[in-house]
Amino acid sequence: MKFGIVINEGPYTHEASDTAYQFVKAALTKGHEIFRVFFYHDGVNNGTRLTVPPQDDRNIVKRWSDLAAQYKLDLVVCVAAAQRRGLIDASEAKRHGKDADNIAPGFRISGLGQLIEAGIQADRLVVFGD
Amino acid sequence: MENETEGGAAKRFLYVNRKAPYGTIYALESLEVVLIGAAFEQDVSLAFVGDGVYQLTKGQDTKGLEMKNFSPTFRALEDYDVTKLYVEQEALQARGLSESDLVVPVQVVNAKRMAEIMEDQDVILSF
Repeated sequence: MKFGIVINEGPYTHEASDTAYQFVKAALTKGHEIFRVFFYHDGVNNGTRLTVPPQDDRNIVKRWSDLAAQYKLDLVVCVAAAQRRGLIDASEAKRHGKDADNIAPGFRISGLGQLIEAGIQADRLVVFGD
Repeated sequence: MENETEGGAAKRFLYVNRKAPYGTIYALESLEVVLIGAAFEQDVSLAFVGDGVYQLTKGQDTKGLEMKNFSPTFRALEDYDVTKLYVEQEALQARGLSESDLVVPVQVVNAKRMAEIMEDQDVILSF
């Protein structure tokens, strides 16, 4: 089955991103396809490479980056939600005159159309959030 | 599928609005998805349940909150061919509201009917 995934909450405060990660990993292990993982609302904060969690805790952002590298996952961060919350890539930083970017490897910033497309293309769109 | 568009069969999208308009950003960002999604020529419906019914109430004054009152945008949905708005009857009643308190024409349905509407969808995004 082809799944689309939506994550609506940021890391650590909510378990949504953890649950989604476990779901995606299990689905891939079972041979299912993940069409896209779309990060919305505070979920965009799952895509900042500047998090430094304690060493004895899971690293949620890195876990997504590693999974994306292993399975060529399409991790998409909503641009409008990201701009509000300070999640930015190099080209966005340049366009808005910011002095840094913070997007983690394996993530890309794009529009809400990517969410709708995931709903259209996937057999099931699964939403993780509050 | 029942609904055909030029690009092929449309999917039935339902946006479920569960939260009050202010206090959290979910309602505003839900509406942003609806407006972008309207360009994709799918079969779109909106559902308002629980505190989500407050999103549609008349007379919202957000000056003191220093937030944008986005309730007028619901009146523009018709221009985007988004006309199926379902409001949970029990949610209205529990909050002392009726259809005349809302900024747009809606279909008031009971929780059982709302469940059936959800059952009929291909894609449900809940906010």
